[in-house]
Amino acid sequence: MTITLQVNGVERKLDVDPEMPLLWVLRDVLGLTGTKYGCGEALCGACTVHLDGQVVRACVTPAGRAEGKQVLTIEGLSPDGGHPLQKAWVELGVPQCGFCQAGQIMTAAALLKKHPRPTDEQIDQSMAGNLCRCGTYQRIREAIKKAAGGSP
Amino acid sequence: MLVPRRAFLRGLNLAASGLALGYCLPAAAQKPTNEPGQPPGPKPVTGSRAIEDKAPGLNPNAFVHVAPDGAVTIVCHRSEMGQGIRSSLPVLIADELGAQMARVTIVQADGDKVYGDQNTDGSNSIRGLYEDMRRVGATARTMLVAAAATRWKARPEECVAKDHVVTHVPTGRTLGFGELAVEAGRQKVPDEKSVVLRPRGELAHVGKPLPLLDAPAYVTGRAVFGADVKLPGMLTAVIARPPVVGGKVARFDAARALAVPGVRRVIEMPTPAPPYRFQPWGGVAVVAEHTWAALRGRAALDVTWDHGPNAAYDSGQYREALAKAVSAPGTVARQVGDAEAALKGAARVVEAEYHVPHLPHLPMEPPVAVARVDGGTCEIWAPTQNPQAAQDEVARALETTPDKVRVHVTFLGGGFGRKSKADFCSEAALLAREVGAPVRLQFTRQDDVRHDYVNTVSTNRLTAGLDADGRVVAWRHRTAFPSIGSLFGAPAKPGPDDLQQGVLDLALAVPNVSAEICEATAHTRIGWLRSVYNIFQAFSIGSFVDEIAHAKGADPRDTWLELLGPPRQMSLSDLGVRRLRNYGQPLEKHPVDAGRLRNVIERVARAARWDERRRDGRSLGLAAHRSFLSYTAVVASVVKGPGGKLAVDEVWVAFDAGTLVNPDRVRSQLEGSVIFGMSLALYGGITMKGGAVEQDNFRGGGRIVRIGEAPRRTHVELVESDAAPGGVGEPGVPPVAPAIANAAFALTGKRVRELPLIKSLEA
Repeated sequence: MTITLQVNGVERKLDVDPEMPLLWVLRDVLGLTGTKYGCGEALCGACTVHLDGQVVRACVTPAGRAEGKQVLTIEGLSPDGGHPLQKAWVELGVPQCGFCQAGQIMTAAALLKKHPRPTDEQIDQSMAGNLCRCGTYQRIREAIKKAAGGSP
Repeated sequence: MLVPRRAFLRGLNLAASGLALGYCLPAAAQKPTNEPGQPPGPKPVTGSRAIEDKAPGLNPNAFVHVAPDGAVTIVCHRSEMGQGIRSSLPVLIADELGAQMARVTIVQADGDKVYGDQNTDGSNSIRGLYEDMRRVGATARTMLVAAAATRWKARPEECVAKDHVVTHVPTGRTLGFGELAVEAGRQKVPDEKSVVLRPRGELAHVGKPLPLLDAPAYVTGRAVFGADVKLPGMLTAVIARPPVVGGKVARFDAARALAVPGVRRVIEMPTPAPPYRFQPWGGVAVVAEHTWAALRGRAALDVTWDHGPNAAYDSGQYREALAKAVSAPGTVARQVGDAEAALKGAARVVEAEYHVPHLPHLPMEPPVAVARVDGGTCEIWAPTQNPQAAQDEVARALETTPDKVRVHVTFLGGGFGRKSKADFCSEAALLAREVGAPVRLQFTRQDDVRHDYVNTVSTNRLTAGLDADGRVVAWRHRTAFPSIGSLFGAPAKPGPDDLQQGVLDLALAVPNVSAEICEATAHTRIGWLRSVYNIFQAFSIGSFVDEIAHAKGADPRDTWLELLGPPRQMSLSDLGVRRLRNYGQPLEKHPVDAGRLRNVIERVARAARWDERRRDGRSLGLAAHRSFLSYTAVVASVVKGPGGKLAVDEVWVAFDAGTLVNPDRVRSQLEGSVIFGMSLALYGGITMKGGAVEQDNFRGGGRIVRIGEAPRRTHVELVESDAAPGGVGEPGVPPVAPAIANAAFALTGKRVRELPLIKSLEA
């Protein structure tokens, strides 16, 4: 069965089961490994991507549901790592092990589109689905504010 | 340390392409490996042969190479798992060399004895290698200087190496490192022990906040973690493992699994025999064209298990056995004076019992490994904390020798001790050999939770005798927990060395002290989790000091200081022990220093405005602990959040690890330790019923702190010190749980003596 996806602005015709979670299509079929597997049940957010601008957990999103929609992954967020969030993340040294960070940034990117100057509460609420076992939350909050043009 | 000159650089360039130190990345280095619109292809899984055996230039040892164009390559031989080791360890080499950071490339070492010990564990890298790594760099610098002096017919003492240039001071003549590389390579390699290290003030980067070198790779998704390795023809496998340790497959039917499209093979794994060590777990593997097919295939498997000798294990019942164990005297491991007599004569006795359950690792990246077996050799790509142990384990599984196994270390998506164990590497290797194709063996999160080497379960009973003036004149600590040694076939009852973590090395100015080891048995695989036994020893001691303070109506900070006594370094007889393992370090270099623990307590109390701890409805809790040769004190503030739930709203940490290499990474480790400590304090706990783990994902006892639960602010104070470096990755964790429990007591008046706290506080 063939499905057609728009991934990071490029059309991909794929011969996959439409029930296959988008996560495995991205990772195993398309080789886009920036999107991570962490829990398989939408509990951790490591697999966060955008579907038509909305945050989804790719591990529980059947690929068929993405048909005809724009899929954006960390690889497509910016051509050169120059998204304001990516720059803020680097400047503030947010990552520790780095594994969850692509998912964190994708969730934060959707947040900033909706709320360009998010409050502390909006940050905590929007980012609630993204776990970080290393515990980088304090710097994540700071980096989102920095990318939003505020302090620090 | 052995660092012979030889062909070097067998490793992985983890950040995909020539990641340089600092921000001066060439444009090519920032190119993502998965560009939008590009077809998938084999990843650049190995940058390993970046410099070949006969690379020209200076290559005095396995760690450093200076090329004729001035490019410096430095090998990081410890695993990067979030502690920032790649942004710390190589800096020591570069600083002694006098290299410009922007011209340094870091390559990740494969497992190879030429690098010495590569086990990234025990918060040991900086504290164990601070001087060795400097000697590596100083050796190369000495040869560059010797080459320049020869060229100038000058004396080496007249030359300095700095900023990638050697200068002849009297004349001002200069030669670049690149210009000198080939001639330097012909110099005699000096004895590493005889090379002169730079005075501390000459180290350009050590102690300054260095950037996180791998940050650009992390934030663009191009950092290569274990599951990101892709080989041509690679298959993906998942395994249905016995739910109970010691169990095995009774029978299975593969028909339905094989009917799932994409499933290639169903393979029964060998059943391990005790002691389990890091052997594969047994079970039935499903090998498929991609992960989805493997998962569906496994779900369709029909397996009947023989649960084996641990089928009756119930961690709730076992808790009663531990409580019984600490109710009777144990083997004395520490003795000062006569604690029993002093307790009998005490005006007042304070006693409490603390329980901490099994704890999970839960690295964000579940265990995963890629293996290729080709004839008699095997190649592994894996997020391993210990690539040499992986070589040994895989060799054992394949019945070959470690030299036939090559292990490439990817980035680790968290480790915390779980990835010291090479079980997942061996599973991948066995399957790759069986199917005759490269195999990626993937643990699901459920697998990770159910098949973990859990931190041990424990009960501690502490008893203090107070005289008529409220002074503590007796201290007795009884501890019961199954030891890590049980994983390797040793008795489950701990030995004295197991008590180095917080029990034997607690500086006490108490005239009568005893520590006793009580009976324990093991019914599951016991491993080590970030800070290990210190977790429950610090929880017990940190809570108990607070209880003593409360019992006598004293300030907990003052009680801590009183118990520790005046600033002093403790001898073995002061401690009441015959020996102290002291994390493998001599007491002369790393004393048990009551003054340093006092200092972090006083510093954290000042930062948290401890004297105003009851003003404006504040509720603060304090705890302190020495571990991994470092000293940490924590104050937590607990408030009632929405719906009456308790929330940790602010935390202060004071930390003394002696000399620091990269203070920003130290800071980030402590910020992270607070969250890690909060997760185990509030939620963590693996329980077993019928021998099987009851948790299965990031919920229940597998729940970890989310961003909204993180403190509004964590303040970190780093003590400036020239003392020998202590550990950093782990020592931030132990005092967090007792500080929170003590703050919760200050707020609610309810004393909780077991983790996770949520069980009692929100019941």
